[in-house]
Amino acid sequence: MDVIIRNPVRRELQLQGSRRVKQLLKELDLNPESHIVIRGESLLTGDEMLRDEDRVEILSAISGG
Amino acid sequence: MRCIKCRGKASVELRRHNSSFCSPHYLEFVRNQLGRNVKRLRMFTPEDRILVAVSGGKDSLALWDLLLDAGYSAAGLHIQLGIGEYSARSAEVSRDFARSREAELIEFSLDDELGMGVPLLSRVLRRPPCSGCGLNKRYHFNKIALERGFTVVATGHNLDDEAATLMGNVLRWQREQLARQSPALESNHPQMVRKVKPLYTLTERETASYCLIRGIDYVLEECPNAKGAHSILYKDILNRIETESPGTKQQFFQGFLTRMRPALQQQQAVDLLACSKCGQPTTGEICSYCRVKDRAHNYVAANAPNGASGRDA
Repeated sequence: MDVIIRNPVRRELQLQGSRRVKQLLKELDLNPESHIVIRGESLLTGDEMLRDEDRVEILSAISGG
Repeated sequence: MRCIKCRGKASVELRRHNSSFCSPHYLEFVRNQLGRNVKRLRMFTPEDRILVAVSGGKDSLALWDLLLDAGYSAAGLHIQLGIGEYSARSAEVSRDFARSREAELIEFSLDDELGMGVPLLSRVLRRPPCSGCGLNKRYHFNKIALERGFTVVATGHNLDDEAATLMGNVLRWQREQLARQSPALESNHPQMVRKVKPLYTLTERETASYCLIRGIDYVLEECPNAKGAHSILYKDILNRIETESPGTKQQFFQGFLTRMRPALQQQQAVDLLACSKCGQPTTGEICSYCRVKDRAHNYVAANAPNGASGRDA
C-alpha cells in the first residue's frame, strides 16, 4: 500500500501486506491520539483493515507555538 | 467500528467518551459540544457581536464555521505576522474561507503597525519569536474588538492547547498565569473585551477531523517558529498518557477548572490601570505592547535613515 505521511513534512512509503490502521500507526511510531488516517475521502478508525491496493494519508493534528 | 447513534460505519473514534461516530453524527457531536460550552460558561448570546481570531489553522476555521452555522454574528480577524511563506499561506486560506462563507474578514498587518514582522521583532527584543507574537495578538485582538464594537473575542484554543498550557504553568508553578487560565475570561476593565475559547473540550484531532469532514481547507504546515516549542513537547507527553489512559487530558484540565482555579482566583485580585500611552488595560503605567512598539520604532528609525522600512526579507 502507498502511505503518505504529513507530519507536517510530506514523505511517502510503500508497505506490503494487510494490517489494521492502529497497527500501521504503531509500526510508524505515530500516536493515534494526534494523527488522522484517511483513505480517499474517508476518515478511518483504528480497527479498519488496510490492503495492498490502498493509498492512505496520515495527517498530524498537532500544532503549537 | 459502528456509529453509536445510527450503527452506520464510524469515521471518528473518541476513546475518552467510549464512543464512535459516522461523519454526520460526528458533526452533530462537535456542534453539541460548542453549544454546551457556550451555554455552560455563558460565553455569549445571539445578541453579541463576536470577533473570531483567525490564523488559518484548523481550530480557528472550525470555530468560525461552527459559529456561522449556528447563526451567530461572527467576523474574523487575521493578523499578518510577517513570517515568510507561512504567513502568506495563512492569509490566503483565511481569505478563501471568508469568501466561501461570505463572512467579514478584518486583516491587520504587524509590518504596517511596527515596521517589522515577528522574525525581526524577535531579534530587536531579544526574546523568543512566540513571546512577541503572543503579546501582539492579545493586544490587537482586544483593541480592534473595542474599536469596531465587538462584544466578545473568540479564539480556537482546544483541549490540547489548554492542557499543555496548564502543564507548563504547573511545572513552573506560575501562579498568576494559573489564576488567569480559563475558557471564559470576563472583562474586568472598561477597555477589556470578554475572551472565550468555545472549543476547549475538543482535542486537536477532533477539530482537524471536523475540518476534514466539512471540507475546510486549513493550513497544515507548522509555524516555523514553533519548532522545539515547549507546548509541542507537553502535547506529545500528554498524548502518550492519553493513549494509555483515555480521558486524562480532559480530567486534568476540567479538574483544574472546578477544583483548583476558584481557590487561586480568590487570592488573585489585580487592579488594572489604563496605559498612559494607548489607554489599554495594564498593571503598570505603560503597557507591554507600547514598550515593544517604542523599541520597534526606535530600531526602524536607527536602521533606516534613507526611508527604508526595516522589514524582514
